[in-house]
Amino acid sequence: MASSHGTPPVFNNKVIAWVDHRLPIFSYIEKEYHTFPTPRNFNYFWNFGAIATVMLVLMIATGIVLATNYTAHVLMAFDSVERIDRDVPQGWLIRDLHMNGASFFFIAVYIHIFRGMYYGSYKAPRELLWILGVVIFLLMMATAFMGYVLPWGQMSFWGATVITNLFSAIPVVGESIVTWLWGGFAVDNPTLNRFFALHYLLPFVIVAVVALHVVALHIHGSNNPTGIDPKGPQDTVPFHPYYTMKDGFGVVCFLIVFAGFVFFAPDYLGHPDNYIPANPLVTPAHIVPEWYFLPFYAILRAIPDKLGGVLAMFGAIAVLFVLPWLDTSRVRSCTFRPIYKWFMMFLVVDVIVLGICGSKPPEGFWVPLSQLATLYYFAHFLVLLPILGKIERPLPLPPSIADSVLKKKAV
Amino acid sequence: MVATGALGAVGAAAVAWPFINNLNPAADTLALSTVEVNVTPIAVGQAVTVKWRGKPVFIRHRTEAEIKEAEAVPMSQLPDPQTDNARVTDTAKKVRPEWLIMIGVCTHLGCVPLGNKPGDPKGEFGGWFCPCHGSSYDTAGRIRKGPAPKNLVVPDYLFTSDSLVRIG
Repeated sequence: MASSHGTPPVFNNKVIAWVDHRLPIFSYIEKEYHTFPTPRNFNYFWNFGAIATVMLVLMIATGIVLATNYTAHVLMAFDSVERIDRDVPQGWLIRDLHMNGASFFFIAVYIHIFRGMYYGSYKAPRELLWILGVVIFLLMMATAFMGYVLPWGQMSFWGATVITNLFSAIPVVGESIVTWLWGGFAVDNPTLNRFFALHYLLPFVIVAVVALHVVALHIHGSNNPTGIDPKGPQDTVPFHPYYTMKDGFGVVCFLIVFAGFVFFAPDYLGHPDNYIPANPLVTPAHIVPEWYFLPFYAILRAIPDKLGGVLAMFGAIAVLFVLPWLDTSRVRSCTFRPIYKWFMMFLVVDVIVLGICGSKPPEGFWVPLSQLATLYYFAHFLVLLPILGKIERPLPLPPSIADSVLKKKAV
Repeated sequence: MVATGALGAVGAAAVAWPFINNLNPAADTLALSTVEVNVTPIAVGQAVTVKWRGKPVFIRHRTEAEIKEAEAVPMSQLPDPQTDNARVTDTAKKVRPEWLIMIGVCTHLGCVPLGNKPGDPKGEFGGWFCPCHGSSYDTAGRIRKGPAPKNLVVPDYLFTSDSLVRIG
């Protein structure tokens, strides 16, 4: 991969040359984002890393502006958010961008995760890259959860109560941990205060882990739809202008859909109950988390035991950490895995079914369905993946990336 | 080297502790630890909800039928076995079966169960029903069905007179 890495760039601008000699930021940008050799055969799934990065920046920018008008106190939080919506100049826009931005950040990241799983991007030598990605996902979940508490509506309050209570399932020390998390005997002002502090902190931790994610990515370069490594310059193109343009195009398309929600259906993805101020004495009849947590919520409820449900829910994410070692197949891309390809697609269906189960009340037909879907979710990772790698006969791999691209054109 | 390292570790732990303990409940939060309630206005069959330590506390004036029903349940049918008497005893060891006082927080994930208001669903066992994840409690607030592992918690309380109860 190191073909065009050898010669350091020469800068004609004297100021740039002076700075670069002392702090080589321009050389770095040149090497990592201009000449960086990138597989020539990316499809649009490869846009979603860039899209997620744009959403992260957007969330931080809107979040900082919102924080200037928000008050983290149980008596004032709800009203301060209403004031942002009604009285603060363009406050409605900034808030709707932030609120829907969270959903669209998760959409981008879920597609990005699917891309990684379908094309086997987690396999050697990209295991740490994948693990850093799962860390980012966990940090995002924590950040999104604490952000949802801040408007201090009914869903904020009861979401916070249910999720912090998950820790009470831990034997012996569970109750003390929950009291410690709350800073009291219930979700209350100390809880709101610390959630605001952490909600402001964690995005910057995410930025740091994203930086590590990108460093790890640029060691071996991106995977690609064939899953085979580039073998020479004929298999790659420079990152700029080819993928800066393609990513830019993808970002704009994504933002058009995003803007559609922000301007025409800003509350479509939320819950009306969160426009009722928090009331610690009344639980809403049907509490559900935001859509991006529904599959995990369904897994929590599928197990009829408190500790078991909590372990299954955390296990559903923990299993992703060991994914590179559960998959025993040497072929990366599902394109050349005739059996696993279908199981992978079925996993997507399974997660959507879990999401639907999570949005329904825990009764009747939805209980056994969510149990079945939970069983498949774990079976996929713990049974199917290890076995399929041994018994599946992959399709013949193309000799090179260039070869696969040119052949496709000829057909 | 080892001694220096060990001393350093002890020092680091000693510095870390204030940061961790800082997140525990503050003195003013701990101070809000009792509440007094006059129970005379609560008629037989009625229940009220009062707030104690930021949580709802259910006070139910049970009917004879509810008390009988709770006393008749064999211990073998209870996931968290406890006699009805043990749940209606105040800190002075005086048993008042007509008054059931419990923290109104589901022991599963902390929702407030329904059943205190006249129109509420009371679940299969005539007590309380948690709408979040479907736990049912009986007329003594004991868990009978669903994911909750424990009975509704009975706080420390003391009847200072026949009409006044102090919770906490």
